[in-house]
Amino acid sequence: MTTPALLPDGEPRAGGLRHGRPKYLEVRDLTVAFDGFVAVDRVTLDVIQGDLRFLIGPNGAGKTTIIDAITGLVPAAGSVNHTGTEILGRKVHKIARLGVGRTFQTASVFENLSVLQNLDIAAGPGRKAAELLRRRTRVDPAVQEALEIIGLEKAADKQAGTLAHGQKQWLEIGMLLVQNAEVLLLDEPIAGMSQDERDETGLLLRRIAASRITLVIEHDMNFVREFATSVTVLAAGKVLSEGSVAQVQADKKVQDVYLGTAGLEGH
Amino acid sequence: MELLIGQMFAGLSLGSVLLLAALGLSLTFGQMGVINMAHGELMMAGAYTAFVVQRSISDAGVSLLVSIPVGFLVGGLLGLVLEGLLLRRMYHRPLDTLLVTFGVALILQQAARDIFGAPSVDVRAPAWLQGNMELLGAPIPLTRLFILLLSLVCLAGLVLILRATPLGRRIRAVVLNRDLAETSGISSRRTDQLTFFIGSGLAGVAGVAVTLIGSTGPYLGTNYIVDAFLVVVAGGLGQIKGAVIAAFALGVLQSVFEFSTTASIGKVLILVLVVVFLQLRPQGIFSLKTRSLA
Amino acid sequence: MSTFLQSRWAAPAGLAAGALLLLVSAPAALSVFNLALLGKFICFAIVAVGIGLAWGRGGMLTMGQGVFFGLGAYIMAMHLKLADASLFGGSGVPDFMSLYGSGEVPGWWEPFRSPVVTLAAVVLAPALVALLLGLAVFKRRVKGAYFAILSQALAAAFAVFLMGQQATTGGSNGLSGFRSFFGFDLKDPANKLMLYSVAAVVLLLALAATRQLMHSRFGELLVAVRDQEERVRFLGYDPATIKTLTYVIAAVMAGIAGALFVPIVGIISPADVGVIPSIAFLIGVAIGGRATLLGPVLGALGVAVAQTSLASTFPSFWVYFQGLLFVLVIGFMPGGLASLPQLVSRLKRRRIERGGKGSATAPATHAPEPAHPAPATAANVPEEASR
Repeated sequence: MTTPALLPDGEPRAGGLRHGRPKYLEVRDLTVAFDGFVAVDRVTLDVIQGDLRFLIGPNGAGKTTIIDAITGLVPAAGSVNHTGTEILGRKVHKIARLGVGRTFQTASVFENLSVLQNLDIAAGPGRKAAELLRRRTRVDPAVQEALEIIGLEKAADKQAGTLAHGQKQWLEIGMLLVQNAEVLLLDEPIAGMSQDERDETGLLLRRIAASRITLVIEHDMNFVREFATSVTVLAAGKVLSEGSVAQVQADKKVQDVYLGTAGLEGH
Repeated sequence: MELLIGQMFAGLSLGSVLLLAALGLSLTFGQMGVINMAHGELMMAGAYTAFVVQRSISDAGVSLLVSIPVGFLVGGLLGLVLEGLLLRRMYHRPLDTLLVTFGVALILQQAARDIFGAPSVDVRAPAWLQGNMELLGAPIPLTRLFILLLSLVCLAGLVLILRATPLGRRIRAVVLNRDLAETSGISSRRTDQLTFFIGSGLAGVAGVAVTLIGSTGPYLGTNYIVDAFLVVVAGGLGQIKGAVIAAFALGVLQSVFEFSTTASIGKVLILVLVVVFLQLRPQGIFSLKTRSLA
Repeated sequence: MSTFLQSRWAAPAGLAAGALLLLVSAPAALSVFNLALLGKFICFAIVAVGIGLAWGRGGMLTMGQGVFFGLGAYIMAMHLKLADASLFGGSGVPDFMSLYGSGEVPGWWEPFRSPVVTLAAVVLAPALVALLLGLAVFKRRVKGAYFAILSQALAAAFAVFLMGQQATTGGSNGLSGFRSFFGFDLKDPANKLMLYSVAAVVLLLALAATRQLMHSRFGELLVAVRDQEERVRFLGYDPATIKTLTYVIAAVMAGIAGALFVPIVGIISPADVGVIPSIAFLIGVAIGGRATLLGPVLGALGVAVAQTSLASTFPSFWVYFQGLLFVLVIGFMPGGLASLPQLVSRLKRRRIERGGKGSATAPATHAPEPAHPAPATAANVPEEASR
């Protein structure tokens, strides 16, 4: 790797990769049950490289549980295939090494470490022992680039615990970038952000998604309308509808189940 | 046959002592997350209570029956003081409660030494508990039978409190979701205090009970504390039924190991067994299922 | 000052200062007896360095370090016993075995006749036990409290086991009466000085190694695992490996300390390795500052000195004092003495804020800016969010 390029130029388009075969995430009949309660019920989902897919649905629809299942946090039945590799049933850290990264609803960064250290750790699971036992002498170019992308160059040496909420969310996204994840699973990345921050984040997501497989859980419909290339609607653990924002909004089923209760216009 | 029954009973008896020691822990460690290393010293306080009560009531039978509730009160009140002065500010640091209560244990041990002297003292068992009962030809010591019954009574009482009283409902609510319980008007402060009082009181009762089968010294608690914690770990946090199964299982196994090897190797084998068991069930026999990451 | 502490000369300079203090000043100033005493304390300090790494940095409450200390100590003691028996007795059978046992050396003692096997075992036996327990506990994601309890149960079982084997481990008397150490006469003051120096050098090496670990990427990762184990997993690391490795390092330090303890002190018994001594190792670490490099060492030395001077004259008072130390330090000053500057500056700030309401000029005059700005101040830095 000579010059790391964490971001491509251009916009994400569904299935829109310029050259080579696109990478994909293929979820088949994913089912998660807690003690007899079926939280995720035979969910089938395809996300392709370049797509910026949003996962929406009322509370308790099983959105976060899907991400938990894909990343190995909860046991699940069915199949999750990442560009030819079955990842379901593997351990959490093995799945992460296969290029699946995620963020959490409540931003979870290492509060006692600096921003730089946070990113450096995210960049390092492949490091050799000798490298781990040495002191960090220079900033990894990928880390430097991520710092610039998430706009935290000036805060690099600050303790992550002292960052503002929105900055912590960006730091998490930055960690995903240096982690070199091909599959990004983002759980409410703009929760608690100001309008300006939301716009920034949306543009950032759009740039990131152009070369990756991106699945975002979000409640804010304005945000979804502005940045989603496609949307999957989930209700009571099942996929209700899928398509572009316009298609989904026009779907009668969605209007009945979702609009009737939670209100798609929301917020 | 007699040998087998004798062995089985020895195991059950050991299990009942473990259960008595572990019931209170299961409440304070399991339900509240406090690792109370001074639990053994609360037992020791209960044992010395029996000794003191017997000095004023010479009839061994009456003094035993009086000692049980008094021991509960002594243990419970000591526990309340401990909770109020120290532990209430440490609920978010469970590992540190272990070390703080270890310090308390040291202080209580030394206090017992200074008050009652270093040599052990003996509490007389009442006449009606002396001697043996025959079960299919095997001699069963009546004192041990009494402890077995007492542990079952304590267990039943605790289960009743948890299942059928408002306090029990509050305890379970606070365990499942402290914040939610508080917003729905449950005072978690009061609940914590009561839980700790009952758990510590049970240690006091356990202390009274063990005076029947051994002498009482300042370091009585240290004999029980590690095993009692193993019972709670193997049984699963916050699971009374898990603790019951684990206590009797460990009791029987330990007496079998001690019979077939030696006491010291038996201890090592029990530990190995618990570690191996945790490989199969890292959460213990039963586990609470919640959606949270923690 | 802080820039010097972070400069690349800080470590060598600190090491040199420590070496000067321990290897030149102390032997010159102390009697042979007191030097041996300091040697014993240094053994405890080596254990403390490991605990500081595993507990302070790694968040693993190691309640059974006495086991590893004991393994190292007993292995060394067995070797010394066997060597003495062939050197002085001629029979090759340690004295106590003829007293309590069959008069024959049990098979599992035999390997420790060899000095090489002994030295290897001092390192490998604690490492192996820690590896097994660590993998068993951390791979299965058993709760932190369970680890503490299991490691404590290990200490209890180990002590009971030793006490039960009167004929082969000396039972509760332990092993004592060593006369030589790899051929050197243990009564000779010159050899005592040599043993002390070895312990001091080992302590300095342990400190240097731990400092390197703390400042390496591994050290950063360890803190990350301590604070957010699950998060680390999602970045592609297996926290179990990191924790187990750290636990093994701490165990090896304890084992080496135990092996040095035996010739310096002259006795090892179950009373030195059980539950109580295992937990007692922790208090010095907590007092000094569990997450710092030097805190555990200074704390362990301080507690050992206090214990020696107080315990013999006021035994009862010492126990109360020790109990109170646990309660006060862990309960009210979890960062140990190392956090004192921060605590003081926070108190000062609080006073300033309170004073500030009364008179506007007061704060600038009577409370100078704290030398080390506490990290909490950084929380007020304005957001640079909307770029």
